[in-house]
Amino acid sequence: MTNKKLLHNTGTFLIFGGPSIFAFFAVVLIPFLFGLYLTFTNWDVRSGDHTFLGLANYVEVFQDKTFLTQLWFTLKYVLFTVIIANVAAFFLAFALTSGFKGQQLLRTGFFTPNLIGGLVLGYLWQLLFSQVLPYLGKKYGWALFETSWLTDTNKAFWALVIVSAWQLIGYLMIIYISGLMSVPVDVIEAAGIDGANGFDKIRKIILPLTAPAIVICIFISISRSFLTYDLNLALTKGGPFNSTELSSYHVVQKAFLSNEYGVGQSEAVVLFVVVAVIALTQAYFLKKLEVEA
Amino acid sequence: MRSPKPLAFLKSILLYIVLLLFLLPFLLVILNTFKTTQQFVENPLSWPKQFNFDNYMKAIDDMDFMTGLLNSSIITISSVFIIIFFSSMTGYMFVRFKWKANSILFFAMLASMTLPFQALMIPLVLIYGELGLLNSQGSLLFMYLGFGVPFAVFTFHGFMKGVPLELEESAFIDGSSRLRTFFQIVVPLLKPVMVTLIVLDTLWIWNDYLLPSLILQSPSMRTLPLSNYGFFSTYSVDFSPLMAGLIMTIIPVLILYLVLQKQIIRGITEGALK
Repeated sequence: MTNKKLLHNTGTFLIFGGPSIFAFFAVVLIPFLFGLYLTFTNWDVRSGDHTFLGLANYVEVFQDKTFLTQLWFTLKYVLFTVIIANVAAFFLAFALTSGFKGQQLLRTGFFTPNLIGGLVLGYLWQLLFSQVLPYLGKKYGWALFETSWLTDTNKAFWALVIVSAWQLIGYLMIIYISGLMSVPVDVIEAAGIDGANGFDKIRKIILPLTAPAIVICIFISISRSFLTYDLNLALTKGGPFNSTELSSYHVVQKAFLSNEYGVGQSEAVVLFVVVAVIALTQAYFLKKLEVEA
Repeated sequence: MRSPKPLAFLKSILLYIVLLLFLLPFLLVILNTFKTTQQFVENPLSWPKQFNFDNYMKAIDDMDFMTGLLNSSIITISSVFIIIFFSSMTGYMFVRFKWKANSILFFAMLASMTLPFQALMIPLVLIYGELGLLNSQGSLLFMYLGFGVPFAVFTFHGFMKGVPLELEESAFIDGSSRLRTFFQIVVPLLKPVMVTLIVLDTLWIWNDYLLPSLILQSPSMRTLPLSNYGFFSTYSVDFSPLMAGLIMTIIPVLILYLVLQKQIIRGITEGALK
């Protein structure tokens, strides 16, 4: 009897879970474990030869000046992108929940950049930065735009930040809107009667009550901007002189251009740990600020 | 929170202006797809003299747009379908059967959602290259299934916890099998989650560049983002057809958005807040 039950359960498991669990193992779990193993070897692309190295790859990653410079560059990029996108998205969401005709249309419009993949967006903005803005700069004598932003290290950094933030704003705005709509109107009105001004209302009531949305938005914007690849490829290709290579772009370049999978994979693992630690830490601390209405 | 009328009007006008500025990059590019490259370089801000579609025709030919469109459509539609089909069954199993293996697997899937693709990319290319499975649309579909399963199972799991058991129980009493009960009774209840997942997975797979670029090598298999990449790196000075190519890549998702916008917005919200 128990044998029959076991057989029956196995059957149910295979029918309901079989295909998806098999795919999950074959595409995510096994490659992940194999990838970890790779980081301890000196796997050669062409021959497939390898020996066990211990932590040597990780030591190499942390001694690699280029990798560390790019990680620092990425951290700066993430910081500015996250701040700009979240502040703008929050205020847009605030303006678009006050209840007027056409706010639905406006929400739809601001979301549009999110429909489009990073590669296409990157090329679109590349044309703007390399053709349209210099045209304007020359015509009106605006020194800021006279040369393409993408050929200057500093300005190319800001180009990346601007385009990333521009894309993220609409997505985050949607989440902030749903957060703001869950703030009870009577609490805000009561505060108004007690003499709170607009700024007080935002700081003391709306911000704490929308904390869950803030946690999610910051989490999403951190993990998304850390993994920017397509946009980086299309907008600057890491140039000029590799000065705008974000870590996740660098990891891809390195992985398939160099001959050592071990070091490339170690860089990817380090990047994963950095993203996970930063994203989870912020979520942990911000979660503490959450309050109930 | 309602502002007085004249003020609200002023605010909405202001917001429309902000939106216009926000979408200016798109508008500018669309306008310039109707000009020749020379006209674009001379003055990117001028209104086009006439609206001719030569650039679109050139882009369709040169980037082999139809092949890309067909490949992208096949891959996106079939991946989204198999992700939803198999994940809904697995999500159901995780909710209805309290087996130990289920909770371990569920936890593994949950944890895997923090893994960036970059951390799996080298082992994927190595393993599937060794097995001779690169450069095939089937492999790509299988990978999208594997990558899409955790989030989809998680979403179905969350939704199904709220579905009452009674309906299914009465079906069992009437002699319906587990599988038949699932498809006849549970699946119809899952429509809202399915729409959410269709939207999120479609946007992801349609726009994905990195995974197809690693898996698909022959030009005849290219998806639209790959055609864009090829087109751009080959013809990087002939701007007008390039812009037309970009705009055409955007159009299919834009149509999907206009049709499904309410569900898309709701889908994003629910997907994020889950």
